[in-house]
Amino acid sequence: MRRSFAPWANPDAKPLIRFENVTKRFGESTAVDHLSLDIFEGEFFCLLGPSGCGKTTLMRMLAGFESPTEGTITLGDQNLAGVPPYRRPVNMMFQSYALFPHMSVEKNIAFGLKQDGMPKDQIADRVGEMLRLVQLEKLARRYPSQLSGGQRQRVALARALAKKPKVLLLDEPLGALDKKLREETQFELMDIQHDLHMTFVVVTHDQEEAMTMADRIAVMDHGRIVQVATPGEIYEQPKTRFIAEFVGDVNIIEGHVQGQENGLWRVKTSSAEVPLTIDDPDEVLHSGQAVAIAVRPEKMVIQRDLPGPGAINVLTGEVWDIGYLGDWTVYRVKLATGEILRVTRANASRFVENPIEWDEQVYVTFAPDAAVILAE
Amino acid sequence: MTMRRLSVFNVTSLVIGFAFLYLPILLLVLYSFNASRLVTVWGGFSTQWYGALFRNEALMEAAWVTLRVAFLSATLATVLGTLAALALTRYGRFPGRTLFTGMVYAPMVMPEVITGLSLLLFFVAVDFDRGFWTITLAHTTLTMCFVTVVVQSRLMTFDRSLEEAAMDLGAPPLRTFFSVTLPLIAPSIVAGFLLAFTLSMDDLVIASFNAGPGATTLPIKIYSAVRLGLSPEVNAASAILIGIVTLGVISATLLSKRSVLRSRRNAH
Repeated sequence: MRRSFAPWANPDAKPLIRFENVTKRFGESTAVDHLSLDIFEGEFFCLLGPSGCGKTTLMRMLAGFESPTEGTITLGDQNLAGVPPYRRPVNMMFQSYALFPHMSVEKNIAFGLKQDGMPKDQIADRVGEMLRLVQLEKLARRYPSQLSGGQRQRVALARALAKKPKVLLLDEPLGALDKKLREETQFELMDIQHDLHMTFVVVTHDQEEAMTMADRIAVMDHGRIVQVATPGEIYEQPKTRFIAEFVGDVNIIEGHVQGQENGLWRVKTSSAEVPLTIDDPDEVLHSGQAVAIAVRPEKMVIQRDLPGPGAINVLTGEVWDIGYLGDWTVYRVKLATGEILRVTRANASRFVENPIEWDEQVYVTFAPDAAVILAE
Repeated sequence: MTMRRLSVFNVTSLVIGFAFLYLPILLLVLYSFNASRLVTVWGGFSTQWYGALFRNEALMEAAWVTLRVAFLSATLATVLGTLAALALTRYGRFPGRTLFTGMVYAPMVMPEVITGLSLLLFFVAVDFDRGFWTITLAHTTLTMCFVTVVVQSRLMTFDRSLEEAAMDLGAPPLRTFFSVTLPLIAPSIVAGFLLAFTLSMDDLVIASFNAGPGATTLPIKIYSAVRLGLSPEVNAASAILIGIVTLGVISATLLSKRSVLRSRRNAH
């Protein structure tokens, strides 16, 4: 079972990769800003963030194409300062795949092994093994220009894996694939990483990709890491509004803390007549503080009938839009304040009698523990 | 959209234009197969002047010198021109880059008379005996910039991540250059070489400034022969020259086109 794998929770575990207070500046602009990060052996680690957040720079520093302006990067016991890319036990799969167009598939995969001076018969064995791994045995003699996008992606992966690096870096590995292929490949990558017991560091801007594959995700913004946690924690306990909005869909309701009752926070908002009740005991807040309440769309319930008098967290509005996605239906509900809430409902049965229609008055409710309070 | 029909006007201007450009050359080639000794009178088909040409030792000697000069100067120009192209594309900003670019491309627009004259003055000043080597060096100066242009345009479309991938897989910079960069830009280098070769072969002005008693190139020889009167032998020599130059230019164009196409195809 994978889930028992959590070296980051063990204070005695020694990280494989360690960024210590790393800063990278390009002229005036700072790409990576005093960043510290530990990555453990065998982890499938995702660097997630919008473009320009510094994630690619971070990866390129690990590969050796850029060197930090300040701070140190260590791999195992080795300080990587001054070590050129061709002497690092790290291999990279490039976003553009960067396959050598003048070499066949097998020559591409053999390239790195040849640089190590591996004997010819061993090279042939390893290349065969890699071709089997990515299921491209039949295309060994083809040239990159004769392959489809998905096949090229596999060749790039095989080439980067051939040297059995301590760490495999993947720069937007699935970015160029179409949706269906991307999903399949995600699971394949996970299987390969698991079978080879290798450390994968993936850069992506696609949160779904990161959520599916990663053991842990580091969300980056403006050269800093905002949160490092498992996909579940990132989604259910986002630390900041930026993360809540960047990872998945979220409804944000702004308000002010009124006080605490029975361990539950009461938050006054303009969206609801009664203060909202939120169960988020870890937050330390004071009365009058401005906060944002974040609720995921699937944790909200939409209904036509007025909830009973004991009901809490009731928001009233009218249906503004309905999007039928097959597995889900998305309702966009407009509140009196003009705010638009996004509520999703799983289409568990094929036929619904008297379904909620456009422009209908509806009530949206959510449980106290469905929401997270984010200090502004 | 249907193909636009060629109107009478279009066809006429096309014919006149091409005639203007190529009729003299066609006439020259035609008359090289003339049986008559008189250049302007058609006396039937014959290849006798080609035979006479190959027996004319002075002309053959000049042709041999021309080929050697062209080969050597094109080789030198290719090495230097490729290095200049690498410097211009790879080292984004260095002090004096604009000056360097201008100086590399200057021989392209410089009047040949001036290039030839200044080189002559230089060789006289350093007391370098004029002959085979001075022509070779002068032609290298002339043709280097053409190699730079061709190779540079290829390097502009070169995907740098290919080199990064090679280094990432363990190849030091020099090995990366020889196993990845060079094979990929090779077609453009060959194209540059062919261009330099043909430019050197048909150059008259610069060569005549820098030729010495020991070495005369074919264009110089033809030019001086014509001054003594037209001969069908010279027509034959010129026809062969035209053939070689045409072949060189066509293959250079095809090679550089293919190399750019290939790099574009791999970008997708």
